[in-house]
Amino acid sequence: MSLRVSPLRARAEADRASLKSHYPSVFRTPLQVRLLPPAVVMLGVGLALYALWRFDFAPSKFIDGLGKLGTVVVLMVPPSPGNQLWNYVAALGETLSIAFLGTLGAAILALPVSMLAAKNVVASRLIHIASRRFLDTIRGVDTLIWALIWINVVGLGPFAGILAIMTSDFGSFGKLFSEAIEASDRKPVDGVVSAGGSDLHGFRFGVLPQVLPVLLSQVLYYFESNTRSATIIGIVGAGGIGLYLANEITQAEWPHVAFLILLIMATVATIDWISTKVRLAIIGARGRSA
Amino acid sequence: MAMSAVPTLPPAQLAPLAQAYATAVAAKRRWMIGGVGLLIALSLLSGWAGEVNAMKFWNGLPRFASYFYDILPKLRLETLSADLEEWFWNLDGWLTLFWDTLLIAYIGTLSGVIAGFFLCFLASSNLTRSPSLRFMARRTLEFCRTVPEIVFALMFVYAFGFGPMPGVIAIAIHTAGALGKQFSEVVENVNMQPVEGLTAAGGTYVETIRFGVVPQVLSNFVSYSLLRFEINVRGATVLGFVGAGGIGKELISSIRQFYYADVSAILVIIIGTVFLIDWLTEILRHKLLSLDGADR
Repeated sequence: MSLRVSPLRARAEADRASLKSHYPSVFRTPLQVRLLPPAVVMLGVGLALYALWRFDFAPSKFIDGLGKLGTVVVLMVPPSPGNQLWNYVAALGETLSIAFLGTLGAAILALPVSMLAAKNVVASRLIHIASRRFLDTIRGVDTLIWALIWINVVGLGPFAGILAIMTSDFGSFGKLFSEAIEASDRKPVDGVVSAGGSDLHGFRFGVLPQVLPVLLSQVLYYFESNTRSATIIGIVGAGGIGLYLANEITQAEWPHVAFLILLIMATVATIDWISTKVRLAIIGARGRSA
Repeated sequence: MAMSAVPTLPPAQLAPLAQAYATAVAAKRRWMIGGVGLLIALSLLSGWAGEVNAMKFWNGLPRFASYFYDILPKLRLETLSADLEEWFWNLDGWLTLFWDTLLIAYIGTLSGVIAGFFLCFLASSNLTRSPSLRFMARRTLEFCRTVPEIVFALMFVYAFGFGPMPGVIAIAIHTAGALGKQFSEVVENVNMQPVEGLTAAGGTYVETIRFGVVPQVLSNFVSYSLLRFEINVRGATVLGFVGAGGIGKELISSIRQFYYADVSAILVIIIGTVFLIDWLTEILRHKLLSLDGADR
């Protein structure tokens, strides 16, 4: 059986040498390209090995630790609050308050600043860049560090936690809000202004109706994530359930620890569920049509 | 004034329309008032539970301002280099500790990526037929990402002792949970035709994934992993607060002991490096995504 060779192919075969000199990369992958993946992998593995060596990661240490961890897990069963149940519930209330007020305060404070950082509201490039960098710096500092700083100001307790979450989210919201405002459509604003409205009217009736659902859904999303942050903020003394968690772990009260972890997970799941419902109610119809 | 340019409907037709408009506006307003009322009630409740105290805040506010004044280094133009040297007196020590933090974030992310990679296929509904297996994989991932990493770190410090090891493991577990979910979402959206082709040609489960799924998802996986590395660098700095290695221990002790200039010096190092890493990974991710686009 003989293979039929198309005339096109025959012509290409005849011209193979010249094609090869003109398009070398088609015939043979260049060495750099072929070496790139193994080089990246080797670099990654090398760095990991160096780190393990630097940290003195002996397998025996790891196995010892795992054994100890296994004992801890066994001791955790059954989870029980002991006689602390009401303290825990009160602390959980504190945690939720921290998350709620922190998020709300951050959103209220961030709205005016985000206008400064939005290109289409404030035309000055200097103000725009300065407020962006300001927000970036605030965001670069972790919530727990802000908590430590606020503790110096208002003392230990949940109020410091509220202020910490407010500060660090102020940076995130400022950025997110300004991006949402920049993405809004210019035409409604033009319409309002051409009908004789001031710039403020333009913002209120042209921009705000467009961005409000987006902003609200971001605020709700952050409320969910802040519920998680607020559970741990107590570890540094800024109120909420984290303080109990840290104490019970250092005192090795494992059934209490297990109970607290389950309580936190249940709360986070509930808040996620509620806020997803509310978010869908706010953006649902609009989000689907868009 | 004469007749307006806009034609108006006769009153008989206008009345029901105006009525409907008024009802709609009133309903919206009722919702609005209800929502704002609920918000205010919740705020008051939280304010009470959260021990919000305007007086304390007001009295403390000067202290907040003076705190930032205090942590600012005392730099004078005429002795700038000496002042800078005094400000960063322990630069080598801090950089070493911060290098530790970066490495903790690196190995934590790497191990988490590997674990998340293997778990994500089990959690994807298009590749794992068994509902019970899928359920178990999903709940495992959920547990790993719901428990905050600092809680894991606290427990691991108890089990493994002080040092980087608990930090690495805590980050690895959290990363596996978070990435496993994101990865499985990517996997659930792949084009199934290559997978069907491989199955039809007699490929095993592993071969199907290796040649049918991985080439489609790899660039997305790398992009998510880089993003997670950024997050983990921030996370690793605070893990030191509970004794899990790195710069965090130094930071918390200088905050607690009021070594003001040290606080700002360490924060400058952290923020600067985090910016640098964010910038580098963003460039890498854009490169990667453009490579992906060129392939198609």
